Amino acid sequence: MALSHLATSSSRSAALLRPLSSSISLRRPISTDTTPITVETSVPFTSHQCEAPSRSVETNPKELLTFFRDMALMRRMEIAADSLYKAKLIRGFCHLYDGQEAVAVGMEAAITKKDCIITAYRDHCTFVGRGGTLLEVFSELMGRQAGCSRGKGGSMHFYKKDSNFYGGHGIVGAQVPLGCGLAFAQKYSKDENVTFALYGDGAANQGQLFEALNISALWDLPAILVCENNHYGMGTAEWRAAKSPAYYKRGDYVPGLKVDGMDALAVKQACKFAKEHALKNGPIILEMDTYRYHGHSMSDPGSTYRTRDEISGVRQERDPVERIRKLVLSHDLATEKELKDIEKEVRKEVDDAIAQAKESPMPEPSELFTNVFVKGLGAESFGADRKEVRATLP
Amino acid sequence: MAAIFQGVGAAAALSSTPSNSFNSKKLLFSPRRSFSVRKGASVVVVRSDGNVNLDLNPRGRRAQQLIANAVATKADSSAASSSSKPGHELLLFEALREGLEEEMERDPCVCVMGEDVGHYGGSYKVTKGLATKFGDLRVLDTPIAENSFTGMGIGAAMTGLRPVVEGMNMGFLLLAFNQISNNCGMLHYTSGGQFTIPIVIRGPGGVGRQLGAEHSQRLESYFQSIPGIQMVACSTPYNAKGLMKAAIRSENPVILFEHVLLYNLKERIPDEDYICNLEEAEMVRPGEHVTILTYSRMRYHVMQAAKTLVNKGYDPEVIDIRSLKPFDLYTIGNSVKKTHRVLIVEECMRTGGIGASLTAAINENFLDYLDAPIMCLSSQDVPTPYAGTLEEWTVVQPAQIVTAVEQLCQ
Repeated sequence: MALSHLATSSSRSAALLRPLSSSISLRRPISTDTTPITVETSVPFTSHQCEAPSRSVETNPKELLTFFRDMALMRRMEIAADSLYKAKLIRGFCHLYDGQEAVAVGMEAAITKKDCIITAYRDHCTFVGRGGTLLEVFSELMGRQAGCSRGKGGSMHFYKKDSNFYGGHGIVGAQVPLGCGLAFAQKYSKDENVTFALYGDGAANQGQLFEALNISALWDLPAILVCENNHYGMGTAEWRAAKSPAYYKRGDYVPGLKVDGMDALAVKQACKFAKEHALKNGPIILEMDTYRYHGHSMSDPGSTYRTRDEISGVRQERDPVERIRKLVLSHDLATEKELKDIEKEVRKEVDDAIAQAKESPMPEPSELFTNVFVKGLGAESFGADRKEVRATLP
Repeated sequence: MAAIFQGVGAAAALSSTPSNSFNSKKLLFSPRRSFSVRKGASVVVVRSDGNVNLDLNPRGRRAQQLIANAVATKADSSAASSSSKPGHELLLFEALREGLEEEMERDPCVCVMGEDVGHYGGSYKVTKGLATKFGDLRVLDTPIAENSFTGMGIGAAMTGLRPVVEGMNMGFLLLAFNQISNNCGMLHYTSGGQFTIPIVIRGPGGVGRQLGAEHSQRLESYFQSIPGIQMVACSTPYNAKGLMKAAIRSENPVILFEHVLLYNLKERIPDEDYICNLEEAEMVRPGEHVTILTYSRMRYHVMQAAKTLVNKGYDPEVIDIRSLKPFDLYTIGNSVKKTHRVLIVEECMRTGGIGASLTAAINENFLDYLDAPIMCLSSQDVPTPYAGTLEEWTVVQPAQIVTAVEQLCQ
């Protein structure tokens, strides 16, 4: 069945077909296919003070299947986190990203690991997009040693320094000046990379954002401010919080672009455009029109300020994973069954990671005092019973 | 090492350049008065052998630096050479600038951000000339947006740059409190050690000359509970330069408190490279009867009171604690074990100030060594008034210090 399906499609050279009769493998040869496919985004870009990029996005089967797999993984991970929270294994705050996966995945496709990303507290999927493992995610959520921040950060404090993921911040809007600082450091070291500072529609009303934007525009920093507009700042709808909910226009003198955030390919196109723009002309604002299915956090049912019809409507019409699924099926890149198999595989991966994370121990009591300070300068002092003090130049 | 400063009484011994050839001989003096004189580079040594009526050197008493020992390692390097090189004289703000300039030359990752630090040269001239020397990318004029430029400094520090963020007045940094507390202090911990924040946040604070309530704030009391930051307060050109350099080199976020009224202090400092330990207190004047702990501008009020006290027959030991977080409990503890009486003189408010924390820390650790309850003289719990007389009564004056010591030593 799979073979005949393959043989009939004309977009692939036969050379890529490996004899599959021996085994029905889950990984089909097309997953390595890089022949370009052009897809039109369903919604055009709207721009402010700049030229919008074209609606035709270049992609290829491999990328599309990677999108599908990654987004399915993120979706599964968030739903698993939901159950873990209800089972009281995750405590405190847990902000879930399901529905918004396209932003994380599309952004990664357009940039390298040398570009910096910084985001707010809805950071689980962004962390995974940057290369974080499921084990690190679940361990950190459960406060175990194997977590990315050794169990000391929690849901809102995921960081991955080696792939330039700067977190993970709990205070709304405070990450935007940090992001502009990252962009400043990039300009200082002249390394031709950019910083994506993500924030939400709620944070878009923070003063420090405009302060940072002013400084970035003044100093020509390669900062890209990305507003993940899921239309609700916790329980407050955007039209009740912002006089002008056109967040991409709020930079005034800074150009902006409004993007369909549920379309991973549109996100990819926009981020690519933004990166080129930022390196040449300084800051730019991207507004990703997206949606979250869960409430603001696990303590918020998410249905007191919006109707269930609205949520299911978006899920039916705009769901990012479904969109890629339809794209893959319509281009005959995989069969229904194969996609279902990928989802099953992903589910198993998530379950395995959770099981492994549950095994991971809680941090040692001595960890309470580690990483408060970095000892430096060769100069140390101790408490009341210290024996000696030394001061040496490094 | 004469220190000349405006407005505060006659020169009190405050210089901290260590002595060299003087050693433990002075410890053999009569225990009642330990009049020890430190040799300055260009000053003749005067030693008194326990005379009761002493002939005070008209410039005032000099502090003997070499107290306990191992501290001398720092002393040695500059001590050995201070006799050969006379050093150079400068004002405190120039010392800060020198420290900053040397560090910027040494490490290209050091940059300065603040309001009017670049082209204007700094509102207290600390960064004068640096912008022309290092360029606009390393000495950055920011708009008036403390919250965001402090945040940007922290973001830059996360990648490895070493920004020095200047608050034009410490009080303005209240606007950046969120960034300082949550991001600066805590990121090293919440990231499990992945990020270090080698930032220096500095600026003048304290009560000035009728600047009004909002411009006379003492932020050390607000910042002291933030976990993860270090706080130091400089008081002389020598330790200003040393602490500035140490703070820049430190991998931890350091808040350096300067004082508006101390910028024009003059002192002779060594020519060669030196730093001051960030966590160490400074022995200003060793003594036997009472330990007076102080920092920043109050040091001078204390030294002024010390002159009066000496004339009255007391022998106060004055320690400039310098490190506001963490406290140098070692030096302080040794002193408490020697004198058994503690007086804290600070410019912070009475409620929740540095003195309050220090009182608690000493009580916890050294209660057995205390002969009397700790006395703490702090500023009044009021917004600093504008009127000159009222402002004077807000802060601790030398006369009050003298009375307090007399009370303590009864």
